[in-house]
Amino acid sequence: MKAPMRRWSWLFIGPVVVAFIIGFVWPFIQGIYLSFCKFRLISDAKIIGFDNYSKALQDPTFTHAFWYTALFAIVSLIIINIIAFLIAYLLTQGIKGSNLFRTVFFMPNLIGGIVLGYIWSMIFDGILSKFGTSILENSTWGFWGLIILMCWQQIGYMMIIYIAGLQAVPEDMLEAAKIDGATKGQTLRKVIIPNVMPSITICTFLSLTNGFKLFDQNLALTAGKPIITMAGGTQIKTTEMLALNIYNTFYGQNSSATGVAQAKAVMFFILVAAIGLIQLYYTRRKEVQQ
Amino acid sequence: MNTKNTLSAERARKTVMSVVLTLVCVIYMLPVLSVVVNSFKGNTYVKTETFSLPDEDSYVGFDNFEKGMTFGNYPFWKSVAYSAFITIVSTALILLFTSMAAWYIARVNSVVCKLIYYLCVFSMVVPFQMVMFTLSKTADTLHLNTPWTIPIVYLGFGAGLSIFMFVGFVKSIPIEIEEAASIDGCGPIRTYFRIVFPMLKPTMISVGILEIMWIWNDYLLPYLVLDINEFRTIPIHIQYLKGSYGTVDLGATMALILLSIIPVIVFYLICQKYIIKGVAAGAVKG
Repeated sequence: MKAPMRRWSWLFIGPVVVAFIIGFVWPFIQGIYLSFCKFRLISDAKIIGFDNYSKALQDPTFTHAFWYTALFAIVSLIIINIIAFLIAYLLTQGIKGSNLFRTVFFMPNLIGGIVLGYIWSMIFDGILSKFGTSILENSTWGFWGLIILMCWQQIGYMMIIYIAGLQAVPEDMLEAAKIDGATKGQTLRKVIIPNVMPSITICTFLSLTNGFKLFDQNLALTAGKPIITMAGGTQIKTTEMLALNIYNTFYGQNSSATGVAQAKAVMFFILVAAIGLIQLYYTRRKEVQQ
Repeated sequence: MNTKNTLSAERARKTVMSVVLTLVCVIYMLPVLSVVVNSFKGNTYVKTETFSLPDEDSYVGFDNFEKGMTFGNYPFWKSVAYSAFITIVSTALILLFTSMAAWYIARVNSVVCKLIYYLCVFSMVVPFQMVMFTLSKTADTLHLNTPWTIPIVYLGFGAGLSIFMFVGFVKSIPIEIEEAASIDGCGPIRTYFRIVFPMLKPTMISVGILEIMWIWNDYLLPYLVLDINEFRTIPIHIQYLKGSYGTVDLGATMALILLSIIPVIVFYLICQKYIIKGVAAGAVKG
């Protein structure tokens, strides 16, 4: 079969290879190259070594966005996973209407980030306007607003993964625990949680990467506002996350900063890829053990 | 405590949980309900009376929907048409070509195949910001910047996940079926379309749903690649209205948001079973 297949390779893998080079491989290689260059147009790029990287690391908006994003990712990770696990646990107890509840909780996940952002900005402004303020005027509101939005969107998704994990817990183990007189809490801690560990790993990393890569929701809800001006005159968008910071560096007013923006993008890639690889390592290891 | 008592206590507890969860679900749906309610209110009332039902003063009937159709000097139906076209064509291209490639990769398994496979897995952990600048420039150079050609960009950037999922599935299909077809005189093309393609159906549905959800809601890629004065998908249109269109008519924006989430909700209710399965299958993506 292999030999006749090879004759048709242009048809089977040709289209994907061409599109993959256009849509990923070439832009990726060019992106790495340009992060070491000074350029306005790609055609007149000049290699300048690590200058872009040191400039990016000295950029206070970038470091602010990094810590802000990290904090956001960790807080949203904890809240989303605890609530999602709790709901999944309740929905696997044979409560009436579980399927309907599952449908409702998952629904927000299908709404796109931009639309989600505007739905919630209407709601938050509806509440905050009663107090004469707005989500764009207070960075603490902006932070928790985005957390609430993310919870609303992601809990249903994580819940689905947890439900799948919980349903795979062997029935005889649960029965054995019951016969041995284990309380519900003990069963949860000693039997259920160890058995759904793979789901917990997946969900933890998923919400971590989702938090780090967040863009649409951030843009639509606050777009980085409110802005504060530092002593040196640099303006920091207090609720701007990494992805939005990179976007603003690329397409902002300072058109000579494209090289710096690309360097930021490479560092962002390394960060996200590292999280992904650690995840792969953990899930692979768990699979071997089972 | 006898068994009967514990059982009825258990039942009572479940009824209470059922009621609590119903309440939580109602609260969970409030954001969507408030979109519905506010899309029937006049602009000034959306901000001041967000949570009350429309009354005599604030109710404007279907005015917002009418206004929304041409809001921002751009016909809304065009956005819907572009979004639908791009989503359907891109998903179809991805399903057809990546499943063919995945079959080839899994069966031929040469060095080149392995290289492509690992590049695809690698591309799954690369965030879009890494390639967005160079990708949009490449798309410009190759004239892929129209709704008719952007599916090629989606095929390229979205190939990773679907190749990964299809290869995993093909490896679980016994090769003997294909060998039998080959002995009976089927060439690779016939074997693929007659034998392999029908067997891939469950993965097709999972991948298809993941791609549809991604492309329909995607904002940044089409925003950077397309000429937005001419071509706006729904997310681009809504962002444009809110982001840069001077004073925003909130009532009309809510009407458009409602119109744009209705197809999503209908699609979800129809394909719910597959969507939830597809999501669980695609959870491997980081």
